Amino acid sequence: MTFTEKPKTLKQLRAEIETGATKASDLANRYFERIERINPELNVYLHLSKDRALEQAERVDALAAKGDPLPALAGIPVGIKDVLVVRGIPSTAGSKILKDYIPPYDATSVARLEEAGSVLLGKLNCDEFAMGSSTENSAYGPVRNPVDPERVPGGSSGGSAAAVAANIAVATLGSDTGGSIRQPASFCGVVGVLPTWGRVSRYGLIAFASSLDRIGPFAGNVRDAATMLGVIAGFDPNDATSLDAPVDDYAAECEKPVEGMRIGVPAEYFGEGLDEEVRSAIEAGIARLRAAGCTIKPVSLPNTKYAIPTYYLVATAEASANLARFDGVRYGYRSPKSENLAGMYRHSRDEGFGAEVKRRILLGTYALSAGFYDAYYLKAQQVRRLLAEEFQRAFGEVDAIVTPTAPTPAFKLGEKTSDPLSMYLEDIYTVTASLAGICGVTVPCGVTKAGLPVGMQVLASHLREGTAFRVACAVEAAE
Amino acid sequence: MADKVTVEVVERVAELANLELTEVESVEMVRDLNSILDYVAQLSELDTSHVEPLAQVAGLMQAGRGRLREDVVVPSLERATVLSQAPETDGAFFKVPKVIER
Repeated sequence: MTFTEKPKTLKQLRAEIETGATKASDLANRYFERIERINPELNVYLHLSKDRALEQAERVDALAAKGDPLPALAGIPVGIKDVLVVRGIPSTAGSKILKDYIPPYDATSVARLEEAGSVLLGKLNCDEFAMGSSTENSAYGPVRNPVDPERVPGGSSGGSAAAVAANIAVATLGSDTGGSIRQPASFCGVVGVLPTWGRVSRYGLIAFASSLDRIGPFAGNVRDAATMLGVIAGFDPNDATSLDAPVDDYAAECEKPVEGMRIGVPAEYFGEGLDEEVRSAIEAGIARLRAAGCTIKPVSLPNTKYAIPTYYLVATAEASANLARFDGVRYGYRSPKSENLAGMYRHSRDEGFGAEVKRRILLGTYALSAGFYDAYYLKAQQVRRLLAEEFQRAFGEVDAIVTPTAPTPAFKLGEKTSDPLSMYLEDIYTVTASLAGICGVTVPCGVTKAGLPVGMQVLASHLREGTAFRVACAVEAAE
Repeated sequence: MADKVTVEVVERVAELANLELTEVESVEMVRDLNSILDYVAQLSELDTSHVEPLAQVAGLMQAGRGRLREDVVVPSLERATVLSQAPETDGAFFKVPKVIER
């Protein structure tokens, strides 16, 4: 049984709402009905924000009735990954430690979506604190892949990808630290965007690894993902690390031809461990780019194999610091076994955090501890520079680099849960871009014989999201 | 390869991280951390003696970095709103269990 359904495009929906053919409030109600029907099977939504959604939809309908100009996302039903805070709506980050947390403010990306007229349907399931590659680490149960519910949707933004694939949201927001937008988008057959680090404000994102964390959109097609990014991107005074650079017209970039573009293909991303069906789907995609007039060039990224060890040291070190804030004092869970302050910290964190989160906090604490800092954390930061420079050299020769997004199609639930390292290797093609801070888009590129989606990752240099969208559009057009 | 991490090391690190582990959890963590550390050991193949560490990527970009907001006082969240999420308060402050034993 499959639950997939392609959402209408933003352009179609917006036209229907503008002409009054569809009312935003009817559209929202239809989505809530579909969620009620499908969500028990897939476990995609953790909380619904019905009141807030219907109020917003009525505002859009009032504007449309007056014939006023409508904002870019007027009436568009969207979902938000549970690591982003939404005022008044439970935001748990998939963790028991934040079970009853109701944030007093909105994340900037969420506020911008709503200012653009979109209708927030609810909060989407994810791996606890975005740590995982299958959404099986959620304290609220795993998400199932709409394409095949026996399989995982990928992770950590599994709910965000599955929501679009099942058309229980038109578009969604997720977060990506080592591949958490791109890999689930690939597994569910939707488009996912990794913006340049700093392109989208992280204000209101529950932090995992701050030098790697990014917020980005999911959508049913590349143009819609481009429109979504245009709405959430840009400088934010509440996040001093957000980039103060102009936001390109990403939707317009999608219309530019790819003829004459130089596309790099790194052999290191096509080696051992790559599923044969994924390989042939990506090779077919590359052939179509060549047919569209692109020049395909081999590029060399020889240190790629060091990216996973580097990533798991940097990310866990930062996580051990970021997650120190969950101490049972200001918000979140406090253990009743709190005889004194130190005991309160320990019991609250022990009972509140799941196994993978503890594993990463311990690894990160170890890598930062006296005597091991130079061998692990410092070493990883040095290799991080080598990996970033390798990409910079490659982008001197090519406009974009294409690779498989993940080494395999969606795997079965439970298949990798007993071996953390095998789960970490799921991120083998995504973490290097995370470490380098560059941007990318994953776009559906064929299916396996069993009908499982394959995603192509299109990477571009810092702030070249437009280039990545352009290439992704050409791949999509040939599908 | 000899195990880098023993139960004693895991317990020490857990203490640093303010985590309490059950005996079963400690044994699992010893196994998992050793397997992950064996894997990351391959980084020592690379000579990085002349490489500057890279802590974050903004420095790699030409455009857009380093704008700070004006240092002016702006309204913040109401105290009551913030305290409403705390496990225990006295209405003005967060309350915690006794810190100093005597």
